[in-house]
Amino acid sequence: MLLNQPHPLETRVLTRRFEYPQAEPIWVDEFIAKQGYEGFRKALGMAPDEIIEEVKKSALRGRGGAGFPTGLKWSFVDRKSAKPTYVVVNGDEGEPGTCKDRVLLEHDPHRLIEGCLICARAIGAARGWVYIRGEYRKYIDILGKAIEEAYGRGYLGENILGSGMTFHLSTHTGAGSYECGEESALLESLEGKRGNPRLKPPFPASVGAFQCPTTVNNVETFCAVPDIILNGGEWYHALGTPKNGGTRLVCLSGHINRPGVYEVALGFNMKRLIEEIGGGVWKGRKLKAVIPGGSSSPVLTADEIDIPADYDSLAKAGSMLGSGATMVCDETTDMVKLLARVMKFYAHESCGWCIPCREGTTWLAKILKRVDEGAGMARDIDMVDQLASSMFGRTFCALGDAAAMPAMSIVRKFRHEFEAKTGSVNAIVPAPGTQPLVVL
Amino acid sequence: MTFSPELEARFARMIGNYPPGRQKGALIPMLLYAQDETGQITDELIDEVAKRLSVTRVEIEEVLGYYTMLHREKRGKHHMQICTNVSCMLRGGEELWEHACGKLGIGNKQTTADGSISLEEVECIGACSWAPAVLVDYDFHFNQTQEKLDELIESLRGKQ
Repeated sequence: MLLNQPHPLETRVLTRRFEYPQAEPIWVDEFIAKQGYEGFRKALGMAPDEIIEEVKKSALRGRGGAGFPTGLKWSFVDRKSAKPTYVVVNGDEGEPGTCKDRVLLEHDPHRLIEGCLICARAIGAARGWVYIRGEYRKYIDILGKAIEEAYGRGYLGENILGSGMTFHLSTHTGAGSYECGEESALLESLEGKRGNPRLKPPFPASVGAFQCPTTVNNVETFCAVPDIILNGGEWYHALGTPKNGGTRLVCLSGHINRPGVYEVALGFNMKRLIEEIGGGVWKGRKLKAVIPGGSSSPVLTADEIDIPADYDSLAKAGSMLGSGATMVCDETTDMVKLLARVMKFYAHESCGWCIPCREGTTWLAKILKRVDEGAGMARDIDMVDQLASSMFGRTFCALGDAAAMPAMSIVRKFRHEFEAKTGSVNAIVPAPGTQPLVVL
Repeated sequence: MTFSPELEARFARMIGNYPPGRQKGALIPMLLYAQDETGQITDELIDEVAKRLSVTRVEIEEVLGYYTMLHREKRGKHHMQICTNVSCMLRGGEELWEHACGKLGIGNKQTTADGSISLEEVECIGACSWAPAVLVDYDFHFNQTQEKLDELIESLRGKQ
């Protein structure tokens, strides 16, 4: 049971069927009783282009992190290809701080199936896979059971609801890899290979799963689609801001009184999100920093968070909305230690395919570890910034950027903390009880 | 090599989930589910899966070297994974990790002498709003404290 008490400031669309504490998943009968599959029924009466147009109107943007407009992404799928087209759901949910897709999978699995069906109708797909990280076996099983129910009721399989449409859907477990959340690496993994990213272009819309035109979207993105079709793109759009339609899930974690997954309208003020919905910083302490969109998003200081939480406002503030993972750091947080931990993660998860990322993350992790342990030198601070800056934008996929962004922002915004941990001279100062370290 | 009837049925379903000639798509799920049943990935298992999917041994070795959940070594009856990534770290994940190492008397990727519990420090397991979190096999344990972890360890030892 992952649900928290609903908060009056939430706007519930994705979570509208949930009844706290929602001990059991919403199975097919309850789902149908609560308007389930009505969006899909409506989509069956629409032309594929009309569906895509409605999704475009909704201003729905990808909820996995990149925020790409979903309708546009669907419109790129090569429907004229002689090859079959495929629907792939990204449920890898690996970005540190992110724990939202599991809430949808655990409580309302049919919503995801309905979203996939509407997408399949729009792009002419007869097959789809839901790729879910291996640790989420419980949720893979829940979705598996929901898929069986959907087959039993004629929502999946051949001649769906007598419409002539065919769509098959199955779950696919991951086996432990952050990189597989990158869509082209995910497709490699789906094909039974190492999760190394592919060279783009071609994008998955023309050459995707098993070399066929494919759309890959996040779990939450698909889950938003049924209500968009049911109530119209304009209705959904109006819930958010002009370029950021609808609602999204945010995952509050860290030093906060009421951590949890909440659904808010796009553009909801980040300060209010933390103070009112999240109950403020724990233990009566002051706020030091917020990581607004998963550990790869640039950090914001306490005085930078009085902004609307949407893709454009976050970008303007020099950060990103990312996956909606909002990590709160109180005044006692050691930002050097935090960055060292973040970098240990990226060094571990770099797939090793391209050199700037493989070497860059490894060296950043080594340097930050020694700075954190008091064995660093003053020049290490600039070295971290320079190394991260030279890695940024020069790696094969976005993992290198994901590692570089927190490094650059934390070193620049909290430089004094790094200075306090390093000597004023560029000499090797071994930490007590450790061997001297080799200098670069 | 033989598996339980349930696993055989699952394999048959899985292979049918991928386009004709693309049954290699089932490779990683098959390895993981087989490992769940047999405890580890052995040479015999690799040969069996290679035969069933018409892939080479080296194609399987490639993925074994990549995915962290696939392992060739034997683990404890229960595999305890403690997250120390940012959200968990901010709420005591590292202290919890140290505590677990002390309590069990083992380090990262080691198994207790009685074979009951193996321990691993893991990266984000997607339980950030309920941190610090521990994953035992496929069961999540949220909002852990050192006291709760002691109880969890006792219950796992009792479960043998």
